[in-house]
Formats: sequence, structure tokens, C-alpha cells
Amino acid sequence: MAVALALAGRAATAGDAVDPARLTDLVRQDCGSCHGLTLRGGLGKPLTADRLTQWDRDQLAHIILDGVPGTPMPPWRPLLSESEARWIADALKAGGLR
Amino acid sequence: MISRLGLIAFCAALVASADATELRGTGDLGIVVERASGSLLIVDTSSRAALGRVEGLGDLSHASAVFSRDQRFAYVFGRDGGLTKVDLLTTSIAKRVMQAGNAVGGAISDDGMLVAVSNYEPGGVRVFDAKTLAQVADIPAIGADGKPSKTVGLVDVPGRRFAYALYDAGEIWIADFSQGANAVVTRLTGVGKLPYDGNVTPDGRHYLAGLFGEDGVVHVDLWGEPLRAVRILDKYGRGEEPLPVYKMPHLEGWAAAGDRLLIPAVGRHELLAVDLRSFKEVDRIATHGQPVFAVARPDGRYTWVNFAHPRNDTIDVVDNVTLQVVRRFKAGPAVLHMEFTPRGHETWVSVRDADRVDVYDAATFARKAEIEARKPSGILFTARATRIGQ
Repeated sequence: MAVALALAGRAATAGDAVDPARLTDLVRQDCGSCHGLTLRGGLGKPLTADRLTQWDRDQLAHIILDGVPGTPMPPWRPLLSESEARWIADALKAGGLR
Repeated sequence: MISRLGLIAFCAALVASADATELRGTGDLGIVVERASGSLLIVDTSSRAALGRVEGLGDLSHASAVFSRDQRFAYVFGRDGGLTKVDLLTTSIAKRVMQAGNAVGGAISDDGMLVAVSNYEPGGVRVFDAKTLAQVADIPAIGADGKPSKTVGLVDVPGRRFAYALYDAGEIWIADFSQGANAVVTRLTGVGKLPYDGNVTPDGRHYLAGLFGEDGVVHVDLWGEPLRAVRILDKYGRGEEPLPVYKMPHLEGWAAAGDRLLIPAVGRHELLAVDLRSFKEVDRIATHGQPVFAVARPDGRYTWVNFAHPRNDTIDVVDNVTLQVVRRFKAGPAVLHMEFTPRGHETWVSVRDADRVDVYDAATFARKAEIEARKPSGILFTARATRIGQ
């Protein structure tokens, strides 16, 4: 939680407004449809920090925004801004949102 | 000889014990999955109320359940691989095992003796004794490509059999337990890319698996000898780019209405109406969003439909004769599931982000009751015990 708040602070100073409570809920409930409520995976891959070490923040934000063609991972660009995607990527890599 | 005072005390004790163990049936009971808190509500559809809460069921995202033949026990399949047998009469856990690392659903055999669970991790299907939850079979899903596969769309089919699809390998398997614990498995390979779910028609004859990796549905006539997988609704998207899919459609509780089947179209704001004899598309129904569940009222007259994020606050009701949406209403934030009472006089609707379950009159659409529930998802009533594929 402290990590999430710290990250939220950083994202907020970066520009566009980010609503941490809304994004946390979105990741748990809606990403959780495929990745599991605790993000340990399901039809989609696990999103726990130890499984994301090979990707940096911008790569993860890119996957979130544009999806993975040929798989069920959809592009979230119609629903999320770039700063929101970066906030989610940071929080996942920090082991938050679970 | 019993003293007068003693007799009074004896009678009082009898009354008290009668209160504690009052006889009742379970035909009007059900469960509501509270996905975030790992709990269930036991509900009574006659009094439209919760009877109690059972906690400690683990990660219940995407949880589902089946019921014992006597409709007393629910077998709940958790995301974390937990399989929990819940006693609806005592509102308690009768038995619980961790059977895998990551699971998605399950089924109970027609004789009520075997509970099968569909697993993502390690993949495959495991089968348990319904009484004790002791494992009786483990069927890894190694596809023709030699790799282990996640399994989806697991249902019971007549003849002590289970049918399911291999998500990664693109296959449909039918496991036959009629000769005992060593299942005879029929493997239908190369059926299509990424089957995401499957189900059997209410008569137990036709197994259908929806494909995510291409536009189409796979049909297996379970009366056929030998069993064959046939592609239907091929290229139903007509080459148009599908919309992003923010929640997978489900074929659970699908709509078999008279001689038609209504199936969610992947990545489209449409239901496909399929003729149940020819398995050809007969029509398309434009809907409010991408359908997740299309659930027929038990008499088949209407189908209620909910939708994927972010259009998940609305329910469409389709007239199965005219194939038109005859009612569209906002039911609340994040409608996740709908369940009809056994003969369809009421519909129970889980509204996740409002933390409540609403009970509607299925004919007038009047909201008759609401029940507090924590982030409710699946609603499942015991009458499912009597139905094939549920």
C-alpha cells in the first residue's frame, strides 16, 4: 500500500491525473477476470512481480495499451491513458495491486 | 414416574432441539459466490434471503460450482485449485482439498459419484470421489503437439462421461468413466485455435466449443459413432476486425431456446442464433455490448444477456420468437451473473460493484428484493443438480 501511494504520488506529479483507487480496482477485478483476482494467473499469465522481471515499465505499458496480437490480451488504449498504463506497470513490478 | 417439573423440562428440551434441526428441503436453495472475500452466501429463493455465509474457500475469482444429486452439497471450484464441498443445510464446509495450482471449473458425473476439475496449472483434468474428495483419476492434457494444455469448458455428458476442450492445443477430449476409474479418452485433435469455453445442449447430445483464435464454433454430436468435430459458424465475423475483448464470453448457462441456440459472438456486439438441427446461423441479434452470459429462461421464451466491461451495467432481454431485444435496462455497476429460479418466475442478478444481488420478477421486471453480498459473482441454484451440463 505504501508502495502504491508512493507510486501514485510520482505518477501524479508526472502530468495527467491518475486515480489509484480506481486503477487498483480495475486491475484486481477486470484484469483479474483472466489473470486471477490475486494476479497469480488464469487463462492469462501471472502478473506477480517475480514473473515480470524480464520486462521494463515501458514494455509492460506497451502491452497494456496495445495488447498482444494472436492472444486474448486486448489493447486497453480505448480505456486507459498512457500515464495510467505506466502507473499500473510500475505498481505490478513493485508487487502492488494484489 | 416423571415429576411434573421434569416433564416440562423434557418438553422444553424437545422444542429447543426441534428449533435447531428443523427439517427442510434444499430444492429452493442456492449459493452466491463472493469472489473477493473467498466466501459464499447460502440463499433461500422462497424467502429471497441469505441463510448464512460460509468462509475460507480461498481465491474465488472465476469460481463456479455443481451440486450433489440430493441437492444438499455444493462442490465449489476455486481459482487457486481449491475444491470445497459445502453443506447447504449446516452452512459449513464438509470437506476441502487443494487439488491443483490453478483451476477454472468442474462438473459432476450423471451418477453423482465423480467430481471432475478443469485445471490451468498443471493443466489437464483431475477427478475426485464425490463423497470423500479422494482423487480417483488424473488425466494430463498433453496435446498432439506434445505440450501440456490448459483445459476449459468441462461438462458432464450422459454415460458417466466428461467432455472438455484443450485451450492451448486446440482439441476436444471426451473421457468415459463407464468402465471404472481408468477412463477411456477419445481425443479429437486440430479442432481450431484457442477454444475458450464449451458446453453441452440441455439434452446432453451436442457439445459445442467456442473458438477465440478464429471465427467459429466446434460441434461434436455425442450420439455420433465415431465422434467427430465439425466446424460450424465458420468465419462469422466476415473478415471484420473484432473489437477488443475485455471479458471472455461464457458458454455456461447458455441459451437453448426452443429449436435455437443463442451464442455470444466473440469481439462483437452480437448474439448468433443457431438452428439446433442444421447448426447453421439463422440470424444475428444486435446487443448493447459484447455478451458474456446469454441465459435462457427455463421455459425458453426469453433470454437475458449481460455484457463485458465497460458496458457491464446493462441487461438485454431477447424475445426468442422474434429474436429482438424487447427490454434493455440498467441493472447497476458490474452485472456479473444471472440465474433463474428453477421454473423461471424470478431472476437473480449479481451486481458486483454495488455489493448486492437483486431479485427480479422475470415477467414484469419489477425488482422484488435485494440481498447484501460482498462483490458477488456467480449465482447457482440447487436445481442445477438435475440438469445435464450444469
